[in-house]
Amino acid sequence: MPVRKALSRRQSVGLVFVCTLLGAAGQILIKTGAKASATSAPWTTVSGVWTNLYTMATDPHLIGGYALYALMTVVFIFALRDEELSILYPVISLTYVWVAALSIWLFGESMNLPKLLGILIIVAGVGVLGKDGKK
Amino acid sequence: MTAHAAATPFQSMLLVGIASFFGSFGALYLKTGAAKLNLGLRYLILNGRLLLGVTLFVTSSLAYVVGIRHGELSVLYPLVSLGYIWTLLWSALFLKERITRNKLFGLLLIVLGIVLIGIGKS
Repeated sequence: MPVRKALSRRQSVGLVFVCTLLGAAGQILIKTGAKASATSAPWTTVSGVWTNLYTMATDPHLIGGYALYALMTVVFIFALRDEELSILYPVISLTYVWVAALSIWLFGESMNLPKLLGILIIVAGVGVLGKDGKK
Repeated sequence: MTAHAAATPFQSMLLVGIASFFGSFGALYLKTGAAKLNLGLRYLILNGRLLLGVTLFVTSSLAYVVGIRHGELSVLYPLVSLGYIWTLLWSALFLKERITRNKLFGLLLIVLGIVLIGIGKS
C-alpha cells in the first residue's frame, strides 16, 4: 500500500469546487471563441471545412477553453479518488451558477426571478449534499 | 408552456437526453478509473477506464452543444439535469454507494434549480 493520506470530504468537495470554476471559465471562453472563430467560409466544400477547422484550432479562446476543460477533468479525477461519486457529481451543478452570473456580467443577459431562485436553490442543494453523514 | 414544447425539435430533446446518459456513464468510469491512481500516477494515462470516461464525456458534450442549439431551454435544461439522477442510480447500482436522505433532497433541489435557470433563460 502506498503511503498517502486520503483526502477529507471537505478537501475532495473543495477540488470539485475548483472544477466548477474551471468549467465555467472554459464554457465562457468556448462561447466567446465560437463567435470569434466564425468565418464566411462554407462547411459544404473541402477547402471551406479546412478554413473553418484551421480558424477554430488557432483561436486563442477555444484553445484556452478546451485546455481548462482538460485541467478540470484531471482535478475531478483526483477528487474522485477518495470520495463517493454520489456526493461529488452533483456539486458540478455549481457550474450553472457561475455561468448564469458570468453571462449576465459579460454577455449582458438579464437577471430575472427564475434565474435568481434557480441559483439560490442549486447552492442550497449542494449545501444539503455536503452535510450528508459520513459513509 | 405547450407552445414552448412545440418549438423544441424532438431531435434536440433526444440529443440532450443522450448527452445526459453518456455523461453519467462518463462519470462512472472516471470514478472506477480514479481508484487505479493508487498504483501510481502513470495510471492517469495508462488507464482504459479513464480513457473511456473521458471519451464518453467528450461525446456527451458534443451531443449537448448540438442539442442545445435549437429549442427552448426551459424544455432542454430539465433533460440535462437528468444526468444527475442517472449518476445517483449508477452510484448505488454499480458502486454500492448509499442513497441517503441528504443526497436525495440535495439532488432534488439541484434539479429544481437547473429547471428554474432554464425557464429564466428562455
